[in-house]
Amino acid sequence: MGMKSDIRLIDDNGLRIDGRLPNQLRPIKMDVGEVKRANGSAYIEWGGNKIIAAVYGPREAYPKHVQESDRAIVRARYNMAAFSVDERKRPGPDRRSVELSKVISEALTSVVFVEKFPRTAIDVYIEVLQADAGTRVAGITAASLALAHAGIPMRDLVVGCAAGKVDGVVVLDLNKEEDNFGEADVPMAILPRTGEIALLQMDGDLTYEELTNAMEMAMDAAKEIYSMEIETLKSKYRGDEE
Amino acid sequence: MSNKFSEGVVAESKRDYIKKLALHGTRIDGRGFDDVRPINIEKGFIKRADGSALVQLGDTKVLVGVKIEPGEPFPDTPNSGIMTTNVELVPLASPTFEPGPPSEEAIELARVVDRGIRESHAIDLEKLVIEEGEKVWVVFIDMHVLDYHGNLFDACGIAALAALEDATVPAEKFGVGEDFKLPLVHYPVPVTFAKIGDWIVADPNLDEESIAKARLTVTTNEEGKINAMQKGLFGTFTYDEVKKVINRSLDIGQKVREKILGGADGEEN
Repeated sequence: MGMKSDIRLIDDNGLRIDGRLPNQLRPIKMDVGEVKRANGSAYIEWGGNKIIAAVYGPREAYPKHVQESDRAIVRARYNMAAFSVDERKRPGPDRRSVELSKVISEALTSVVFVEKFPRTAIDVYIEVLQADAGTRVAGITAASLALAHAGIPMRDLVVGCAAGKVDGVVVLDLNKEEDNFGEADVPMAILPRTGEIALLQMDGDLTYEELTNAMEMAMDAAKEIYSMEIETLKSKYRGDEE
Repeated sequence: MSNKFSEGVVAESKRDYIKKLALHGTRIDGRGFDDVRPINIEKGFIKRADGSALVQLGDTKVLVGVKIEPGEPFPDTPNSGIMTTNVELVPLASPTFEPGPPSEEAIELARVVDRGIRESHAIDLEKLVIEEGEKVWVVFIDMHVLDYHGNLFDACGIAALAALEDATVPAEKFGVGEDFKLPLVHYPVPVTFAKIGDWIVADPNLDEESIAKARLTVTTNEEGKINAMQKGLFGTFTYDEVKKVINRSLDIGQKVREKILGGADGEEN
């Protein structure tokens, strides 16, 4: 965020560097059941992002001291493959992925009926295979689908979506150039049925009006992504693909 | 998942008491919902550091030391100094802190404070170039939590800003010109809120933090811009709640900022 450049991110017609309108999402494709060994899994392509998520559990939580006597713990692990970004990323958790794993775990916990599974862990593994900005929101969307596919009882699906500001314009779903050279990014995770906000982060420089515009833009788009999620799950059980 | 930022269990009776008080618009320590605990700032506490501040936010105590050394710039930002932040949750500060590598709580804390300072461009990093593309000043902001009684986000953010304000770039020591005051051009202040029942209170103390369902930190600067946000814990916020919290953080942040800049030594709020 905030790196200086001469690149113009919004052209004279108000279009973005990839030709999108300010409030337009990148193309999104989702599927469930990619990882046969897991209890549930999902794959998402969102712009240039390619992310796979898999769920194991509920299963007895180890090490034992992490167990909670009255509920399950939801442990998400966000991990980027070494080859997922331009310059090779050193494998293993860095500070960024530790933080993202934490906020994603917390957001997913807010929807799962964790009290149904005391002393267990629900492990959610999110692997970013190719990164193109917005990996945490695409990742949490895939994670939510994987949880549903695993049959974990939840009070809603979670939809991740981000908005931000580039060249002074509030825009939806930043791509890589916009993320690098833009002025702000607001990643969110939303429970579309109730409109609750389960994940909210922000960095950059925004006025109150810009920030609320961005949040409203992301929440509107969440409805669209929500119907894609539902359609993806339904089509799996209708057997559309077989 | 054991939460390091709580004592684990708050008595059911205390939990009920806190909620009952909220119904009457007050809190367990007598504060109103938007009242921040007394802030005490002692700048220059560590003489060996290039800038430092010992900050008390109620009973929470954080010491921040800033060290500034020459180093190599990042290849993609050859004309810019570097800042890094780190938080140590040392075990003497709480029975729930353990020795060892930084916990995820410590990493999150450091990154949230970092975002506020970085995104507001608080430090004029372009003034920290010694030799373009070769040598720049690296500003290390190290936060040491010494007593944990809730709301480390704000205590660390306040202490970091106060320590930066206190900092001098030690150019003479490294033979690259005269010492100069660290160029600080913006003043980001984080304000953290906790959701307890349906109530949202600013600057949660330890009891409040332990029973909070959700947490939201909003960092704003002196121009009324929002520079960073971080939601935490297992609960959710409605959009309406978030909007109100942002507005409250702008007001509260301004008051806290005046205290940091005015040097709140010894005085209670």
